[in-house]
Amino acid sequence: MAAEDDFLEVRQPPWRAATRRLLHHRLFLLGLILFGMVAIVAILAPWIAPQDPNKLAMRFKFRPPDRDFLFGTDNFGRSLWSRVIWGARLSMLIGSSVVLINAVCGTAIGAAAGYFRQIDNVLMRVNDALMAFPAVLLAIAVTAVLGPSVNDVIIALGIVYTPRTARIVRSSVIVLREMDYVQAAVAAGAGHWRILRRHILPNALAPLIVQLSFLFAYAVLTEATLSFLGVGAVPPTPTWGNIMAEGRQYMIDAPWIIAIPGLALMMTVLGLNLLGDGLRDVLDPRLRVQS
Amino acid sequence: MGRIVIRRLASALPIMAIVSVITFAMIHLIPGDPAVAIAGLSATAEQLETIRRDLGLDQPVLTQLWRWYANVLRGDLGRSLLLGQPVVQVMTQRLQVTLALSAYALVLTLLLGLTAGIVAALRQNTWIDQAAMVFAMIGISLPNFWLGLLMIILFAVDLRWLPTGGYIPLTADPLGWLATSTMPAVSLALLQAGLLARITRSTMLEVLRQDYIRTARAKGLPNRVVVMKHALANALIPIVTVLGIIVSLLISGSVVTETLFSIPGVGQLLTQAVLNRDYPMVQGGLLMTTALLVLVNIAVEVCYALLDPRVRTDGS
Amino acid sequence: MSLLEVRDLTTVFRTGRGEVTAVEDISFDLAEGEVLGIVGESGSGKSVTALTIMGLLPRPTARIRSGAIRFGGEDLTRLPESRMQRIRGPGIAMVFQEPMTSLNPVFSIGDQIMETIRAHEPLSPRAAFSRAVAMLEKVGIASAATRMADYPHQLSGGQRQRVMLAIALVCRPRVLIADEPTTALDVTIQAQILDLLLDLRDELGMAIILITHNMGVIAETADRVLVMYAGRIAEEAPVAGLFDAPLHPYTNGLLECVPSLTEDRARLVAIPGTLPEAHRRPPGCRYAPRCPLAAADCGHGLPPLRALVPGHRAACLRIAPS
Repeated sequence: MAAEDDFLEVRQPPWRAATRRLLHHRLFLLGLILFGMVAIVAILAPWIAPQDPNKLAMRFKFRPPDRDFLFGTDNFGRSLWSRVIWGARLSMLIGSSVVLINAVCGTAIGAAAGYFRQIDNVLMRVNDALMAFPAVLLAIAVTAVLGPSVNDVIIALGIVYTPRTARIVRSSVIVLREMDYVQAAVAAGAGHWRILRRHILPNALAPLIVQLSFLFAYAVLTEATLSFLGVGAVPPTPTWGNIMAEGRQYMIDAPWIIAIPGLALMMTVLGLNLLGDGLRDVLDPRLRVQS
Repeated sequence: MGRIVIRRLASALPIMAIVSVITFAMIHLIPGDPAVAIAGLSATAEQLETIRRDLGLDQPVLTQLWRWYANVLRGDLGRSLLLGQPVVQVMTQRLQVTLALSAYALVLTLLLGLTAGIVAALRQNTWIDQAAMVFAMIGISLPNFWLGLLMIILFAVDLRWLPTGGYIPLTADPLGWLATSTMPAVSLALLQAGLLARITRSTMLEVLRQDYIRTARAKGLPNRVVVMKHALANALIPIVTVLGIIVSLLISGSVVTETLFSIPGVGQLLTQAVLNRDYPMVQGGLLMTTALLVLVNIAVEVCYALLDPRVRTDGS
Repeated sequence: MSLLEVRDLTTVFRTGRGEVTAVEDISFDLAEGEVLGIVGESGSGKSVTALTIMGLLPRPTARIRSGAIRFGGEDLTRLPESRMQRIRGPGIAMVFQEPMTSLNPVFSIGDQIMETIRAHEPLSPRAAFSRAVAMLEKVGIASAATRMADYPHQLSGGQRQRVMLAIALVCRPRVLIADEPTTALDVTIQAQILDLLLDLRDELGMAIILITHNMGVIAETADRVLVMYAGRIAEEAPVAGLFDAPLHPYTNGLLECVPSLTEDRARLVAIPGTLPEAHRRPPGCRYAPRCPLAAADCGHGLPPLRALVPGHRAACLRIAPS
């Protein structure tokens, strides 16, 4: 049985060729550099942060960026460099957790709805209902229910964005399910699980990857928005949104407090958007024609 | 035509039913006792009892659900704990503000996004195209509240052209409204404008490659007519479908924009409600806003049908 | 005095491998009322020739490197776009191969015909309407006045091609370029459209450039034929001369596999080998690698197009003038 099954296997997307083309895509590389810098800083945060991000030192308050304090200090004399570094760590943690939730739950829901048409209607109605809410309003409502912690924000963003991922996976699965090689595998008697895992999901991966890279950007941006509004992780947790919310009232005299985390946020989101564009150019054959 | 409207309205019903169940369920998903969450840990037993009775939390869940639907259908979404007023009444006032701001931002989005997208497509691969797409990329990557902060520093504090915040209703003083709404609307519009510019560009490039564009040129039509009539009429069909998403993003964005610029709209209202654990307000506000968005989406789909004769003539 | 004179026309496309010539050194004349057939495989440069004359080359990818297109006392290759727009329609009009996609799906056919009239003549909407209806009747659309409000998706392929003809002819062009106008249609419809084309030629007194890969279509309709191969003219002859005594080995090959009008969409497949891609053409005669008569000198330099019989030209070293 297995041999027949392998015979029917569709040729997988040429990943090696895709990688080579990505490495020639200039904007993708720029995105990789921007995002990579933030990611490295986030991973190394405990080792490269010179001070404790929450350590108060009132005698140093409102120091503009100088040799002692690379990014200056805030109203409590905390090192902004340390806080922004730890903020990067939290952004990356939250963003990648949301991406993981989406990759797992979104794929499961989307594949189930697209493959088993009996449950499609029910799943997609719930999915559409969740997508009907304005994203940020739903996110703050969920944090109102769950509470303001990093975990709760991750769950809230997972609830907000997973339906969108599920939709994308579902539409690829619906198309792939009707392909001749899948029908052939069905005719050869392959089980549902095997067909999904070996024939459908590998080929639905490209649009999913593109979606997830943009999703990472949205998640980081929305998390910062929630923190800024005061409904995200509670202060003094050094998220970029919190730093900017606290710095807001001092922004005339100490503009670096809001400028630096904002720039870091923009750099991250820009990097991820560029990565997403590059991946789409290379992986999505429908749009490839244009370039 | 009427049939399309009815069909869309009918397909929105199950979605709204689920949306309302989700909003109803919110208060029951609070870990622990919702009454404690509302009143705080220091609340006395009587206070908690009053809250439970007021919100009907002492009833069985199914009874609560039944009451919730009965009330929703009568247009009663309960009272705000914080403001003491009916949720529907507060929301109606605040929605006017948010809708005025969103409409302003939508107009900016369409002007900026469509123009940039069309020009970029017509000048594909030139510096104009590249500049437009760089701006679009920055637009979709710039956090709108951060842009708002920078604009406040520049235009309100340094140049003193515009107030730092506050809100003057359009009906009270149109110029005052313009002064208080311009910075919020610009900071709100930029993300959507970037998105729209990117979509418009790729759609226009797709349309400009079509055979009927070659036909239009072969007829000797001026370039302006070829682009603005033949290409745009076709490109608008897919562009209109993203309008629903754009409006949804505008409402999302207005939450932080309103808070930043102290504009008394729905976003600010619901943020305050969440911070003060005013659950009836959060539930009712969320439900009303979402219902409005569903209606917007129905309107968008009807527009889509109006623009495309293939849908229009088959539907009627 | 010919209506249209094409002289040494060369059109190049910019690609990832640098510029490639799509059409090279094309020269021909078109007389009033004449039907000139251009025949060749896909990729031979027929359509590019047509688009070059129309000034509809995709920009900035393609450009005219050299040559002249003289029409009505002007060189079209030197005209600014605004002047060219006034020639498209009343001067030279074109119908395309794909009737299913060549009409704009969101406008009614009446609108699409009327806008053509009104782009070129200061007619009132009412006058334009009746002129459009008359044209639709002329191309054989029944109850034309009521069909004016129809959208393209409500018409069949044959009807759409008739509408395309109506659009092309409504400004009474002096030259009509028809690029594979019947290829996408059923055989019976093909014959109807070709008959219609010839009738309208007589009625409106225009010249036609008919582009096709189908020798049968050429035999039935053309007065004179241009055979193109790999961007160059291989042979030019009156239709009788070409079919009775073809000179170029490529034409011979084409005629051996001539599909008749009743055989639907027969392709030119009998010649072994394939048309060389534009960026890897052989150095000498481009047909040499596939040519049964090829000799060593065919690999050096392009064979000149010579009048071997009066009025009959061919580009082949192996044929001696008679």
